[in-house]
Amino acid sequence: MTERRWSAEEERYRAPAWLDRVQRRALLLGVFAALLSVVGALLSPEHFFRAYLVGFLFWIGIPLGLFGISMLQHMTGGGWGLVARRVFEAASRTLPFLALLFLPLLWGRRSLYVWARPEVVAESELLQHKQPYLNEPFFLGRALLYFGVWLLFALLLSRWSLQQDRSNDPHLHRRMQILSSLGLVAYMLTASFASFDWLMSLDPAWFSSLFGIHFVVGHGAAAFAFLIVWMRRLSGTEPMADVVAPRHFDDYGKFLLAFVLLWAYVSFSQFLIIWSGNLPEEITWYVHRQEGGWWWLGIVVFALHFVLPFFLLLSPALRREPARLALVALPVLVGRWLDLHWQAVPSLELHAPLLHWLDIAVLVAIGGLWLAAFLWQLKRRALVPIHDPHLQEALADA
Amino acid sequence: MAQEKLYGVMAEFDRAEQLIEAVKQVRSHGFKKLDAYTPYPIEELQHALGHEKSLLPRLVLLGGIVGGVGGFLLQYWSSAIAYPLNIGGRPLNSWPAFIPVTFECTILVAAVTAVLGMLALNGLPMPHHPVFNVRRFALASRNRYFLCIEARDPKFDAAKTAAFLWSLNPTHVAEVEV
Repeated sequence: MTERRWSAEEERYRAPAWLDRVQRRALLLGVFAALLSVVGALLSPEHFFRAYLVGFLFWIGIPLGLFGISMLQHMTGGGWGLVARRVFEAASRTLPFLALLFLPLLWGRRSLYVWARPEVVAESELLQHKQPYLNEPFFLGRALLYFGVWLLFALLLSRWSLQQDRSNDPHLHRRMQILSSLGLVAYMLTASFASFDWLMSLDPAWFSSLFGIHFVVGHGAAAFAFLIVWMRRLSGTEPMADVVAPRHFDDYGKFLLAFVLLWAYVSFSQFLIIWSGNLPEEITWYVHRQEGGWWWLGIVVFALHFVLPFFLLLSPALRREPARLALVALPVLVGRWLDLHWQAVPSLELHAPLLHWLDIAVLVAIGGLWLAAFLWQLKRRALVPIHDPHLQEALADA
Repeated sequence: MAQEKLYGVMAEFDRAEQLIEAVKQVRSHGFKKLDAYTPYPIEELQHALGHEKSLLPRLVLLGGIVGGVGGFLLQYWSSAIAYPLNIGGRPLNSWPAFIPVTFECTILVAAVTAVLGMLALNGLPMPHHPVFNVRRFALASRNRYFLCIEARDPKFDAAKTAAFLWSLNPTHVAEVEV
């Protein structure tokens, strides 16, 4: 397919040239870290796979969260999301790439999931009982279903949005709204089940019904933190300098505040329910995470993902200043990654060192490659949806 | 008429932008005691009037802290000091169980402080206000925008202030009787 000529209106919002430079650097860093990770994988496959699981879950949470937010914005409207819609869509279009990055997990399934090891299942009555759900073909089938649903909604929305740029068809606005209402429900359900499959089943004896929403809320927090960091960079130069205003950042800050609050609320609710019940099959999950360094890591997660951003984001002056807001968003991203690490690793090996060098290498590898894919997609369209009926009121100078 | 005590002088505008511009002009001329009246809230107007520094947020924070600490201590006192009971082998100071009530008390006292503090600071409920003595002021809840410079302003002078307000292109200027 040949590249279509851009209209003058689209040209006005073409991505700035410095994105190429960042994309190249991200790709280089990603490839370098990936090579390092491959070496690590050969030396110590177990550490590699657990680092890969955490890294993968961290990075997929950002595009999934942005995809969810884009559907939310289609339904509610609001200038904050209109000026960021192209960031949402570019992130959504990286989901096929993340589906490819899921493949190494299938390769490492026996290293990660005890229920996938026939010799362990043969000796455990509990695992045999859970086998109708926790078995390899069904696990793969469900993963295909999750990605299928995400790709269907994400790519359709992204396509209609591009059509809107080109054709100015007024019906597309309503069509995207209707699709989003279905997609949001589908996303909540599939992402919840994905969290049960990929993360909760690491400890197949343990269960929590709040786990799914905890995972999805984590996506929301990570997505808004990422959005703040990127909108800040994009708003530094033309064309986005005339589009994004302090009031938009104020909204992003409020959303981030809401999501860190919700995260703390769900995290604590899960803990309180299990702590009150005090049942052996549930409480051990928390008992293990109180041992040694895990206790301290848990406190660090709570501080980075709740205490610090909560108090700082209360200030309206801070929320309206992109540079300071981005400084608050970064610790939330670190907290999100450590939260996933804290949830995953003690289920696999309790006396593991808190961090392994591979944890960082794999995180940077997936992140660099994903960021390059994201920027590549971001450049392919005008940075604002030029024919959205509400665009004029959303722009910074309006 | 000139002998009567005045509350202030009021100008009426057709459009919100004119009012905001007028507020900026009036403030840059050194007037301090003024207020604006509009049919709907206008965020920009607040900034133009310089009404940003309110005591209320600090009162609400204080209320929240009092509620939170009080709520926790109430539970601590009743479960660990006044009526110590062994429930399921848990420690007397079972703080995780105290968190929901602590949270609710924080919200409760903060919210009540916000309502009562708002009323205490703005003087509501107020059955009558001098601005209603201007007949056209009824339009403030429909489609007109009003700006009133109050007589307690040190720079106030009924004739000069009215002339100054006329210079800002309002549709009407009226004296507001007490």
